[in-house]
Amino acid sequence: MNMHALKTENATAAPLPAGEVVRLPTPKPSFITSKVIPNAKNIAANVIPPILMIGLILVVWQILCSKPGATLPSPSKIRTEAYDLIVDPFFIAGPQDIGLGWRVLTSLQRVAIGYGFAAVVGILLGTLVGQSVWAMRGLDPIFQILRTISPLAWLPISLAAFRDSQPSAIFVIFITAVWPIIIITAVGIRNIPQDYRNVAAVLRLNPAEFFIKVMIPSAAPYIFTGLRIGIGLSWLAIVAAEMLTGGVGIGFFI
Amino acid sequence: MPAYPYLKIDHVDKSFKRGSAETEVLKDITLGIEKGEYVSIIGHSGCGKSTLLNLVAGLLPVSSGAILLENKEVNDPGPDRAVVFQNHSLLPWLTVYANVKIAVDKVFSGTKTKIQRHDWIMHNLDLVQMAHAKDKRPSEISGGMKQRVGLARALAMEPKVLLLDEPFGALDALTRAHLQDSVMAIHTKLGNTVLMITHDVDEAVLLSDRIVMMTNGPAARIGEILDVPLQRPRKRLALAGDTTYLKCRQRVLDFLYERHHFVEAA
Repeated sequence: MNMHALKTENATAAPLPAGEVVRLPTPKPSFITSKVIPNAKNIAANVIPPILMIGLILVVWQILCSKPGATLPSPSKIRTEAYDLIVDPFFIAGPQDIGLGWRVLTSLQRVAIGYGFAAVVGILLGTLVGQSVWAMRGLDPIFQILRTISPLAWLPISLAAFRDSQPSAIFVIFITAVWPIIIITAVGIRNIPQDYRNVAAVLRLNPAEFFIKVMIPSAAPYIFTGLRIGIGLSWLAIVAAEMLTGGVGIGFFI
Repeated sequence: MPAYPYLKIDHVDKSFKRGSAETEVLKDITLGIEKGEYVSIIGHSGCGKSTLLNLVAGLLPVSSGAILLENKEVNDPGPDRAVVFQNHSLLPWLTVYANVKIAVDKVFSGTKTKIQRHDWIMHNLDLVQMAHAKDKRPSEISGGMKQRVGLARALAMEPKVLLLDEPFGALDALTRAHLQDSVMAIHTKLGNTVLMITHDVDEAVLLSDRIVMMTNGPAARIGEILDVPLQRPRKRLALAGDTTYLKCRQRVLDFLYERHHFVEAA
């Protein structure tokens, strides 16, 4: 009995080292678990909720609009009817019939031109208003009134002046984006510490050097805030302007 | 020796107007400073000593009278009267090197080559022992270091008169002593003409050849001018028990706290 028991003990003890050898490659899966899986979990945590929400919204939309007599099309109907528009955004089928991608690009180009003008004019005028008390007293009330005018209200005026949709749309972008740039740049220029002005005076920096070496860097945080607000507004304005002027562009398409 | 002093402040009045109210700050200030002289202006706060320095710098216009440098009237700011401001006034978006460079490029653009200008910037940074921090920005260095860079920027303009506007006012006592020693060493080495504003009696006696004491405002005048007949180079520790030093110190203290003690609220 004893011998037998010992034998079985030996027999059970013998596979143990073998078991340890088998366990050796465990570090390899632990690398995957320590690096890849947490990463994947992280990505999934960020990606899955929006996908789920979008899916949910599509389902609700589908249910709401698939009743007979629904005024708006359901997602499945959009997919069948607008399939060619969605999959190929860069087709050109004629001067007025181009893909969605091209339309967005055209609109972006208008925004770039109008906003570029607005940035240059806005920073220069803002500097003038911030620097000179006379310019501020003279121009600030005018700016404060003009900036309350809706961007679309400028459209008839600019259409009358330019007699073309392209420059009118650019003008509307310009006039929308320029006010915040002017006003915030002026605040930035007014907030340049007197110390920097004294340094510039002692060095006898001329106005151009003062503008480039002191004003712009010193007011830069303000200027960029103005520019950021301006670009947001100009994108809002272009869609509305193109809906009214027609021609090519994302707003016209809508 | 010319008949006129190097820098002459000639019967200068200064008043500020706001609407119909007119405040007279300085009244009939006349002072001559010789080349290489170190003159301090001391007075209670609000007596207009900073205004006087701004007048000499040309940052403010005089109401009447004139300021003459080498017998030529000055009424606008310029690099021949470089200022070291109380709060250093370095441009925070530029490195230490670039802060000095902006001055050197402006003043010596026609007379020095690019390499000479670089050497001159480094020479001036060496002079204030700041060459090691040339690529740092003002926010990365201590208050005393900033003031050193401000001094280097002013020195690099090769000013005829160096104007120091309470240059050590914002520093702790130890840093202040260090910088005072540096300024003394630089003054001995270069022989600059210096006009310094201060409210520290020890600083004034230690550094100056003459101390100009201002009466209290409004309409402050020069109350008294004290010669400091101490040999240069001066040693802070040796002077601490020196009788001449103590006498000068006593005179200034008497003036400030006995005869013209501060009456108004600051």
